[in-house]
Formats: sequence, structure tokens, C-alpha cells
Amino acid sequence: MRSIWRTLDKGTAAAVAAACCAVGLFGVSYGASTIAAGFPVWMPIVMAVTVLAGGSELLFFGIVAAGGSPLAAVVAGLLLNARHLPYGLSAPEVFGSGWRRALGIHVLNDESVAFATAPGDQDRKRAAYWACGIGVALCWPLGAALGAGLGSLVPDTSALGLDAVFPVILLALILPALRDRATLRPVLVGAALAVVVAPFVPAGLPVLIALGGLVFALRPPQPTRTEPVAA
Amino acid sequence: MNAPYLLPAMLALAVGTYALRWTGPALRHRLRLSARTIHLLDTGALILLAALVATATLPTGSGELGIALPAGVAVGGILAWRRAPLLVAVLAAATTTAVLRLIGMH
Repeated sequence: MRSIWRTLDKGTAAAVAAACCAVGLFGVSYGASTIAAGFPVWMPIVMAVTVLAGGSELLFFGIVAAGGSPLAAVVAGLLLNARHLPYGLSAPEVFGSGWRRALGIHVLNDESVAFATAPGDQDRKRAAYWACGIGVALCWPLGAALGAGLGSLVPDTSALGLDAVFPVILLALILPALRDRATLRPVLVGAALAVVVAPFVPAGLPVLIALGGLVFALRPPQPTRTEPVAA
Repeated sequence: MNAPYLLPAMLALAVGTYALRWTGPALRHRLRLSARTIHLLDTGALILLAALVATATLPTGSGELGIALPAGVAVGGILAWRRAPLLVAVLAAATTTAVLRLIGMH
């Protein structure tokens, strides 16, 4: 474990800390809103530890609170989490082996994968993945517990602009890889696809449909063409 | 809130999510992948993350699309593109969104 901290450079460590702080703040908001919907204090905390995928937990409690069946809530949550399968398929070998692997798989999430996509050698990727994964696995439940304890004292997070934080973290982490034009094209097509289909399909599907952008990555890039990429 | 079957449902979400996380690395461990396939998988992860960014920034599904959130994300994105530290980009994004909402531009 200690080698993780030794391998991390200062910039990555600061970025991991920033991402974990943001996740903790979301956790506070999640805990508070779940309690406000009438669930017992332990529920969001147990879910934060065992599911460790914020969006699906919010969706789960949201559906049940709105009177939906728990089965529908599970299906919706799993659909939202389906992206973790291709994440795991894409991630380089960062999970370790033995008992560590069980934990390494559990801490697979949007942020930790984004850290693993940043250019660099295998040791650096693994260190960034684990640092972010463990950090989120601690900050998310701790934030949820704090929010559940504070309840209605927690201010409205959208007034604080906190909803802009999650996309900016992911965007900042994938930008280095997007400086490559051949990669940028399928990524832009995929993102556009997701936005277009989002109003018509259940949550979770748009990002999977975005994978259709991969057809633009099938052909090797042609080095002779120099026309600018359409925005 | 005490819906029936709430506990089994929570357990199912936890177990199902772990299974989704476990499947990818398990498959990758067993398959012998060419460099080209690995490149495609790398691109796939970037597409998923970018699509998540796009749908979180332009929540077209929710029906309330304002300028404050996309503007905040754009400010953060530009700062990140110019290699500002993540904390700076994040704070600038949140501040931009919060200020735009404060002055009533939702």
C-alpha cells in the first residue's frame, strides 16, 4: 500500500484529494436528501459502503420514495451501473491479485477509472486508481453519514453550483487523452449520441449507446488528411 | 419509509453492482487481447466518461435545461484544457454556476 503513495506525483495527489473532497460533499447532500425523504439514518450509509455508486443510490431511494416498487428501483439502479462492466473491461490491470483484487474491483467507479485513463506508465495508473478508489470509498460513506446526521441543516447544493463539479472532474481527467485527434472524434460522436438519446431512454442507457461512437475508432487514422475536426 | 422488500432490494443492488464491476476484469483476464482491441477498449472508457460528462452537463432528459450549469462546466473545462490544477478548475466551475443561479440565470 505504501508504494501507492510513493508513486503518486504531487499533481495527481492534489487532483485525487480534490476529487475525494467533491465526492464527500455530494455524500453529505445524498445523506441529507435521503433522510429528508423519510428513510432511516443507517440506510444511505450502508448503501454508500456496499453499492459505492452514488448515482444509482440516489436513483434507488428516489424511486422508492416516489412510491415505486423496490424491484423497479433495483433494475433502474443496475441499469445506471451497467457502465461499470465496460469500465472494468477497459481498465488496465490495476486491480491487483488475491484479497486485494476483491477490494480493487469494489472501488471501480467513474473517478477512479478516469484517473486510470490518464497517460502514464502502469505503476502511475495503478497508484492513481487505488488512491482515488480508496479515497472515494471513504469519503462517500463518511459524507453520507454526516449528511444523514445533519439532515435539514445541509444547504441546497445546487445553489452552491456543486452539480458542476462532477462533470468538470471527469472532463479534466480525460482531457489529456483527448488531445489526440484520432481519439477525440469517436469520443465527441459518442457524447453527442448520449445527449441526443437521453430524453427518450432510461438513465444509464445513454452512456452505453454512446459506445456507438467506437465505429469512428475502428479505422486507423489517415495521417495525410489534415482538415480540422468539426466542432 | 418502510416499503416491503426494501432490504432484499438494497442487497440485490449491492451484489448486482459488484457483479457488474467484477465481470469486466474477469473477462479481460481470460481473453488474449490484441494491441488494437486494447486501444478500442481504452477509447471505450473515454467515450463512457465523456458521455457521462455530456449528459450531466446538458441534462436534456430532466426537462429543465438552463445556462448556469453548462457555463460552469465550460469554464472548468477551459481551465483544465489550459492545464490549471483540478482544484482551481472545480472551484471556478462551481462558482460560475452558483453566481449565474444567484443572479437568476437558471
